[in-house]
Amino acid sequence: MHTVTVTPEEVKKIAKLANLKLQDNEVNLFAGQFTKTIEVVNELNEIDTSKIAETYQINGLSNITRTDEVDLENVLPQKIALREAKNTHNGFFVVDRLIDSDAEELI
Amino acid sequence: MKQLHELTIKEVLDGYTNKDFTCVDLVSHFQKRIEKYNHKLNIYLALNENVLAEAAAIDNEIAEKGITRPLLGIPFAVKDNFLTLGIETTASSNILKGYKPQYESTVIEKIKTAGAIILGKTNMDSFAHGSSTETSDFGATLNPWNVEKLPGGSSGGSAAAIAAQLATVALGSETAGSIRQPAAWCGVTGLKPTYGRASRFGIIAMGSSLDSPGPIGRSVEDCALITEVISGKDPKDATTSPSPVEKYSENLYASDLRGIRIGIVKEYLLPDMREDVKNLILDAADKLRLLGATVDEISLMDPKYAIGVYTVIQRSEVSSNLARFDGIRFGHGRSVLCEETKRRIMLGTYTLSAGYYDAFYKKAQAVRTKIVDEFKEIFKTYDAVIGAVSPGPALSVGASKNQPMFGEMEDILVEPSSIAGLTSVGLPCGFVDSLPIGLQITANQLKEGTAIKIADCFQRHTNYQVFPDLDKTT
Amino acid sequence: MKATPLIGLEVHVELETKSKMFCGCPADHFGKEPNTQTCPVCLGLPGALPVPNEKAIESCIKIGLALNCGINSLSKFDRKQYFYPDLAKGYQISQYDEPFCSDGFVLLDSGKKIGIERVHMEEDTGKLQHVVLEGKKVTLVDFNRSGVPLVEIVSRPDMSSSSEAKEYLKKIHEIVRSIGVSSADMEKGQMRLEPTVNVYLEDESEKHYTPLSEIKNINSFNFASQAIDFEITRQIEEFVKTGIEKSATNKTTRGYDAVKKMTFLQRTKEEAKDYRYFPEPDIPPFVIENEMVDKLRSGLPQLPDQVTADLIQMGIEPKYVKIICNNPEALAIIREFGENKEIEINKLASLLANKKIDIKGDIKGEYQKATQTGNTNVGELKEIVEKIIADNPNLVAEYKKGKTGVSGFFVGQAMKETKGQADPRTLNKIISELLNR
Repeated sequence: MHTVTVTPEEVKKIAKLANLKLQDNEVNLFAGQFTKTIEVVNELNEIDTSKIAETYQINGLSNITRTDEVDLENVLPQKIALREAKNTHNGFFVVDRLIDSDAEELI
Repeated sequence: MKQLHELTIKEVLDGYTNKDFTCVDLVSHFQKRIEKYNHKLNIYLALNENVLAEAAAIDNEIAEKGITRPLLGIPFAVKDNFLTLGIETTASSNILKGYKPQYESTVIEKIKTAGAIILGKTNMDSFAHGSSTETSDFGATLNPWNVEKLPGGSSGGSAAAIAAQLATVALGSETAGSIRQPAAWCGVTGLKPTYGRASRFGIIAMGSSLDSPGPIGRSVEDCALITEVISGKDPKDATTSPSPVEKYSENLYASDLRGIRIGIVKEYLLPDMREDVKNLILDAADKLRLLGATVDEISLMDPKYAIGVYTVIQRSEVSSNLARFDGIRFGHGRSVLCEETKRRIMLGTYTLSAGYYDAFYKKAQAVRTKIVDEFKEIFKTYDAVIGAVSPGPALSVGASKNQPMFGEMEDILVEPSSIAGLTSVGLPCGFVDSLPIGLQITANQLKEGTAIKIADCFQRHTNYQVFPDLDKTT
Repeated sequence: MKATPLIGLEVHVELETKSKMFCGCPADHFGKEPNTQTCPVCLGLPGALPVPNEKAIESCIKIGLALNCGINSLSKFDRKQYFYPDLAKGYQISQYDEPFCSDGFVLLDSGKKIGIERVHMEEDTGKLQHVVLEGKKVTLVDFNRSGVPLVEIVSRPDMSSSSEAKEYLKKIHEIVRSIGVSSADMEKGQMRLEPTVNVYLEDESEKHYTPLSEIKNINSFNFASQAIDFEITRQIEEFVKTGIEKSATNKTTRGYDAVKKMTFLQRTKEEAKDYRYFPEPDIPPFVIENEMVDKLRSGLPQLPDQVTADLIQMGIEPKYVKIICNNPEALAIIREFGENKEIEINKLASLLANKKIDIKGDIKGEYQKATQTGNTNVGELKEIVEKIIADNPNLVAEYKKGKTGVSGFFVGQAMKETKGQADPRTLNKIISELLNR
């Protein structure tokens, strides 16, 4: 059985992965709460699943696809695509710079 | 003589046909009630500003063509996680404050095609994370039976809208209990369709492998009529079932339940459950026997394991589904997310992270198989299983605070059926402490007809469809 | 110290489907006004759901078949999670542990097999542009490309030189184009390359591996070759200086500067990326039946390598083979006259390759005009043919098994011996007689 204590350090790492900024008091709060939650989750180890396959699709479907056709009806006009964004410029969405480079990303 | 807000779908349609009232009359009536009571109960977050014009257009249609659409002029309260064109949609989170959807959910398209009219969007737990409606960024909704109590969640606003009679019918969604539990705490009827029966396209995602949109209404009949309209394969949702949609209303008005085999789940009569709540469930079982069904005590896996399964799968999927809320293309920055949402995102990120995936996510999905298989087995012999929806009546405002697993704990009795993607009707079966108690009638996947037949028959032979007098309770 | 470079290549191919991978937006995004080809799905709006493009999946499987992969009977999509402005949903729908195709290979001309680990499907991201707006450093984002279908081809680190890498890339390029799933236009970014390089060093009994580097932003085969060469030298020098060996956590990402002709370290995070892969719950899994695979396989055109092998077996000299291969009309003519006993196939190939024949004209007539009647001395010719037969018992056996096309080889050799002077008709008769005895 796998007793886990979730440390504030781990919480900080998780917050980074989850793109969340936490205050210090939140970090400690969550560390305590997660430890309790994981205790509950760990009760699952009481069940032997060594011979059981995981369920990833609950209603038994498979091979669902769509034909390769353009559907212009659902393409958003540029104005609508940009409408709800806080920051746009000449048809683009705008974000603060992350990487220090003036070159076009990719290609 | 019934008042306008007390009418069922059928009664509204008949009223239009008989020219007893117009759609504008009905909508205005609800508008006045909303004006009077909404601020006391905090049910609606946003109202449809166009509603009177839409009602007038419907009246024209009725005058010209009569009633040719199944939900023509029926006023709906819609949970705020359904994207609705022209009405702000927030999922009760500040991160979407002011968000005007750029497209509409398939289910909303369907009810509109059927002639429905939307009164407004109802309050919910923020991003559906909860079973109280208390995690909403816009304040808790209060229970119309007792304003010191919670309405349940996450579709608390929709359930309260029906209990408070501020709409004829409502739409909610269930990931694990979010239709049935608020319906139970508010004393109204809710139907959770089979996973994949109705499209999730255009509903703000919570648990992708669990979310099921469905109706909340005054009666099983109304829920059945709505389920007929919203169900069906959607080319925009790859998880919808290709199974043809049955005429669920044909299962209504059964004179008895002879030949129906029902199992009452021993483990759902929780050891710490109040005697009076247990008795209501056992009472319900007796009533079903009187109607001709056989009701046997059956045994299923301890529902406590469902909590672990549900917590891991749901929070893992939540952490991923909320990644798109980064403030770039819509909405505000992630710093305004509420504590419960942050908590769930973090836990879900943790359970999927390297080193923990096998121990948590994979393990949970394996136990899920066990739960699924167990139900498959039981449905070979039984048509439905029953139990309480909730361990007890509505809890007090504030009960969910500082409870990091409040929702998952409260929903212990409904998580197994949600995890297995089953269909279930939640309907009132009595009162304790002057608060409603709900019964769940759960059937196998795609057996909505069976659940509806049993629930409807029970409802017609009992007297639990009652509604609070808001002038007394608020 | 013996150094063996270990080079792997990750190639992304942009498929030329009509619509995007998970929605019905047009996939052809090159040169379009920004954010004019998006929908709730590829823009990652709340509540939107993906539905996979059938043709894209078929194309991925076709690529896998062309690369000699096994097609997995069970496959699914997974979410690869990370945050970046060009990734609308905060995760990319890709494939993790159950890709459509795995375990294939590509044969280099030298006969060396380059292993292909996997061929899988994923969706492309949006495009970023770094600019300065009102004095502030910002990034502009265009989602027209978001959701376009990509096939990722991952090789094993089996290449040991930049020239092998270049040859591998050319072959992949050729194959993808010949099966018609993409133009693979490098300038349009329809084929993207990422070499991963490290070096195996042996010093008497000591064995060392230098740390891995992934090189990004390479948009031509030549640049790939140059970058690899630079990187190999750099890594060896670095190892001699520092002795640092490959570990699970010291893989670096480098960019390539085509002007300075060098790779440079990109600012990367120190922690290994945790993508938190899990099965995509919005897309049911795939069960790929043999019938479907067979149908796709039979619909594939003959692949370049296969054509080459066939032409050589017919007796056409290698110097003409490549030219014929790249000319569909010439190829068709060769195929048409391949079995024709009155035509010496290598001669026809040489005439076509040197454009001495009007392709649209009367091929037979032109051929006869171009070839003169030569030596008809049966005895002399028989002697020459007998020697060739004695030297090639395998081919004789094949002929006897029914592969009559190999007679062309004997014709070709005899022609060589007689410096083209033998009379084709006589020669053919003799060869036929001797092979059939």
